[in-house]
Amino acid sequence: MISGFVFRALEGKIVVAIAILLGIAILVPALNLLTPPDSALHIPTYAVSLFGKYLCYALLALALDLVWGYCGILSLGHGAFFALGGYAMGMYLMRQIGSRGVYGNPVLPDFMVFLNWKELPWFWHGFDWFVFAMAMVVVVPGLLAFIFGWFAFRSRVNGVYLSIITQAMTYALLLAFFRNDMGFGGNNGLTDFKDILGFPVQADGTRAVLFAMSAIMLALCLLIASAIVRSKFGKVLVGVRDAESRVRFLGFRVENIKLFTFVVSAMMAGIAGALFVPQVGIINPGEFAPANSIEVVVWTAVGGRGTLVGPIIGAVLVNAGKSFFTGAFPEIWLYALGGLFIAVTLFLPKGIVGTVQHGLKARKAIKAAAEAEKGRDEAAPVVQAQAAE
Amino acid sequence: MNTISETRQKSLLYLENVSVSFDGFKALNSLSFVVEPGELRAIIGPNGAGKTTMMDIITGKTRPDTGTVLFEDAIDLTKKDEADIAQLGIGRKFQKPTVFESHTVWDNLELALNRDRGVFATLFYTLSPEDKARIEEILSTIRLSHRKDELAANLSHGQKQWLEIGMLLAQEPKLLLVDEPVAGMTDAETAETAELLKEIAKTRSVVVVEHDMGFIRELGVKVTCLAEGSVLAEGSIDFVSNDPKVIENYLGR
Amino acid sequence: MTLKSLLQAFLACLILSFAAPSFAQSDPRPLIDALAKADFNEAEKLLGQIAASGDARVVPALNAFAEGDLYFRKSDNLVFIAKTAGSGFELIDPLTGTSAGQAAKNAVTKIKVNNNLRRVIRSAMGGLTLLSPDRAVRLQAADAVLRSPSPENLDLVEAALAKETDKEVKARMEEARAVSVLSSDRSIDEKRAAIETIKNLGGRNSLGILNSVSGSIDAGLKGDLDAAIAAIESEQQLWDMAQNVWYGLSLGSVLLLAAIGLAITFGVMGIINMAHGEMVMLGAYSTFVVQDVIRDNAPNLFDWSLAIALPVAFLVTGAVGLVIERGVIRFLYGRPLETLLATWGVSLILQQTIRSIFGPTNQEVGNPSWMSGSFPVGGMTITWNRMWIILFSMSIFVALLVLLKKSAFGLNMRAVTQNRRMASSMGIRTPWVDAFTFALGSGIAGIAGVALSQIDNVSPNLGQSYIIDSFMVVVFGGVGNLWGTLVGALSLGVLNKFLEPSVGAVLGKILVLVLIILFIQKRPRGLFALKGRAVEA
Repeated sequence: MISGFVFRALEGKIVVAIAILLGIAILVPALNLLTPPDSALHIPTYAVSLFGKYLCYALLALALDLVWGYCGILSLGHGAFFALGGYAMGMYLMRQIGSRGVYGNPVLPDFMVFLNWKELPWFWHGFDWFVFAMAMVVVVPGLLAFIFGWFAFRSRVNGVYLSIITQAMTYALLLAFFRNDMGFGGNNGLTDFKDILGFPVQADGTRAVLFAMSAIMLALCLLIASAIVRSKFGKVLVGVRDAESRVRFLGFRVENIKLFTFVVSAMMAGIAGALFVPQVGIINPGEFAPANSIEVVVWTAVGGRGTLVGPIIGAVLVNAGKSFFTGAFPEIWLYALGGLFIAVTLFLPKGIVGTVQHGLKARKAIKAAAEAEKGRDEAAPVVQAQAAE
Repeated sequence: MNTISETRQKSLLYLENVSVSFDGFKALNSLSFVVEPGELRAIIGPNGAGKTTMMDIITGKTRPDTGTVLFEDAIDLTKKDEADIAQLGIGRKFQKPTVFESHTVWDNLELALNRDRGVFATLFYTLSPEDKARIEEILSTIRLSHRKDELAANLSHGQKQWLEIGMLLAQEPKLLLVDEPVAGMTDAETAETAELLKEIAKTRSVVVVEHDMGFIRELGVKVTCLAEGSVLAEGSIDFVSNDPKVIENYLGR
Repeated sequence: MTLKSLLQAFLACLILSFAAPSFAQSDPRPLIDALAKADFNEAEKLLGQIAASGDARVVPALNAFAEGDLYFRKSDNLVFIAKTAGSGFELIDPLTGTSAGQAAKNAVTKIKVNNNLRRVIRSAMGGLTLLSPDRAVRLQAADAVLRSPSPENLDLVEAALAKETDKEVKARMEEARAVSVLSSDRSIDEKRAAIETIKNLGGRNSLGILNSVSGSIDAGLKGDLDAAIAAIESEQQLWDMAQNVWYGLSLGSVLLLAAIGLAITFGVMGIINMAHGEMVMLGAYSTFVVQDVIRDNAPNLFDWSLAIALPVAFLVTGAVGLVIERGVIRFLYGRPLETLLATWGVSLILQQTIRSIFGPTNQEVGNPSWMSGSFPVGGMTITWNRMWIILFSMSIFVALLVLLKKSAFGLNMRAVTQNRRMASSMGIRTPWVDAFTFALGSGIAGIAGVALSQIDNVSPNLGQSYIIDSFMVVVFGGVGNLWGTLVGALSLGVLNKFLEPSVGAVLGKILVLVLIILFIQKRPRGLFALKGRAVEA
């Protein structure tokens, strides 16, 4: 059963994408660690971390594609799940600092000493244990998505209304995490990490492994997402997107279908955030900003929603563009991004991958239509109605 | 004449004194309506008579303000939602053909098959030989075997209507509610659809809402005429179409 | 108010009333001269006599005494008010205020004063001015006694009360008397009556007076006192509540201004305009530019700057809206999520454009004089700018309502909203109705920007801070219903301000967001939603 589930996922472009991801998971760290710095093939460590960041964004876009591209839920709050996963990882990394902080307190992170707190808040307990923290990386975003989705989908909040309240959700979290009393470092967030599982986060080797982990997790999530959308469940999902009431009247529990997808997607976003934090070295409330979540939507749209591979390509392309523009022409970047939003919606609604796919399908469809025409002539116009059982 | 309780016990679907209003507008006004097992029933009535609202109430889309809605004399439909009611065995065809346009004809039917509809059951579902045979069977019933691998979006209007009826068959309902199945069909298609519905009604109850009097005559079944949210007349097509109230309200002189 | 400024105020009033005839029984001059050789105890007695004279002419002398400007001439022991003039002093007659010539520094001696004397002087002055012929001065004097009551004044207050004929002044003196009674050694019954009077007076000041005597009051009055304090406190709570409602209405009207344009584009046309906030921002920048031009060319028109900015902002943002609709949105009708993305792109471009032209920092937008200041209403303070914004947003609301309900354009707009195809076959040019509806929504956002420039920072990010709130208002109120937007905006504003004192501003806002999210679950289409089949169509 499970093997059938996974096997179905291995469609052409997915296989290629997974192979590429696994390839760079090996190749990039190898070129970084094994080649001498003056070699033409050498990839500097900052570039490894930068690419690693892109892969995390790609995973976030993939997560969004699952709910938006297949289920029609345009979440404008996926940045919140990303940030929550990031905070869970950040809390683990903070606890690893131990007494090496500025204030040298063996238990309390610096910001708590600064705020004059006497003991660790209850929700920080357990985060010194890696396995627990990693569980929280998926549990916390998943739980939030579950609670939020349970209410929203059951009461059939749809379309733009859902988009707006997901935006309100991430906005509320943004405001909450800015508060010092929340116990997550307020404005400054969590930073100054020292090591992860005993390895220094700044070291080349650690960075290379984090990169490889990002690529592997992305490949794994791509496999899972593909398995989901190519199962019967995935077909129901598309049905929900295109004709929700028909799905309902066929006897499916639309709210459960949406909820499952939303939670899985939120967990993927959480994983993306967790991988992101050690590579950039900081997590702060800014990650909850509604604008971030909307940017994820444009990555997905550029690559092509409802294609799984498209959003990955879109996220990498747009962010590479962002790195380039903000370095070379910082004034231009917002114009470029704004223009991209407009251009994609107006001229490329299916995105890059979607447009290519559509072109291929159209050619096939013309052939099929021609055959169908032949078939229709042969079918005799006699009613062959029959007992249905 | 049967007593009320006998009527109720024998009924498949039983509506009594159902009323619902939207912002003061009474869409249904103490409507009572009974469908017996195996019955094919036609419903006519002017626009705004409450035909679609009645279907909404039976299928759980709308909750009535007052009144009783029972299925098989035991199940209170007013307490169930659409998915529950569909799983109980009530299928519904919409006025505007509603199929999954980005799926193939085959996938449309596969989704409609009466199998476990839970999240995990569908995630790990694999097409069994029986299911395959069943889909083939329905395909030939609705005469779409030759187009099974095409996207539903590419079907003609009439074919989409049939695909939707096919999906309802795959659902294996005890009661089928069909809203204007022949709207926009050619005369030949209309005649075929009438045959199809009669055939289907041999094994289950069917309620058809239609404006096309020729089509209803062709069905040759008991007719209920609704107006302003309640039943105006009920009986054979000739009886109903000679009723002065029906003529005044609906058919016109 | 400090003692000094109080005294100066009295002085000013007195100088104005100098021409009026005095009704002194005796000449106070010898009493003042006697101060020259008096020690502190004697001086206190003398002050009592001076005060008892009831002659308001002595007030400048008393004032000078308290300030340490009262000197006596060694040669003849006459007392003068001295002002520094060159190396010596100019001597001024303490009663007439006329100059009495110069004196060298060593020719005069300062009459010493201590804090106890100053207190006596103060109450003497308060009492003296109670008898002033000028009604305004008497009123102020009564106020002064009310604010700093002392038992020494009691006799004077009562004397003044007996003579007083003006109703308002009399009432004020009545209160002043009550306040003084409490700290005196009068009978319990009199004090009880006084507590009653103060209780009826109400306000924070009365609460302070009652609290200050609660330690020293007779045991028998403790109950009355506590009851009076409780009564004033509960009244004070009502005022606080009223103040909160006011703040809430004021915030609500700001929300209404920001949201009402959105209610049109989102509610009526179904367009998710994420650039709506930027329209507000453009309106605020239009105000800035208008004020800039006025400052350079016609500074005397500054008070009219907002009135000029209104049409300018409306036209600028309306035109931008028209361009956006024709250039982007019209290709996206029926795809609300895509409009959301495209207009977000537009908003980024608009922000960056403004940032490139005006820079990223806040721009200074001035308040015209009629928008500044405040006035009290009972126990609360109302600022003029909030007041105007409430009135302004209400008039915009009414104007819009009339436009939609009564005008031909409004009729076309509603027709297109309800049935696009039918409207188009009736000969309505639906594309133009769409374009102008969107321009109208944008123009109103621009007008909102003019108002918001008065209370918020004008920066390229201005719009961002309003967009989510505006959406919340429209969604909460119910889409497609202007009344819903009104009720939604005001109730969210009031709710916010009521949560703020107990949980803080940020947490209050979070709670409001969470409440809205929960509310949407209950009523997915908002407060004033359409029901029935029309919704699905």
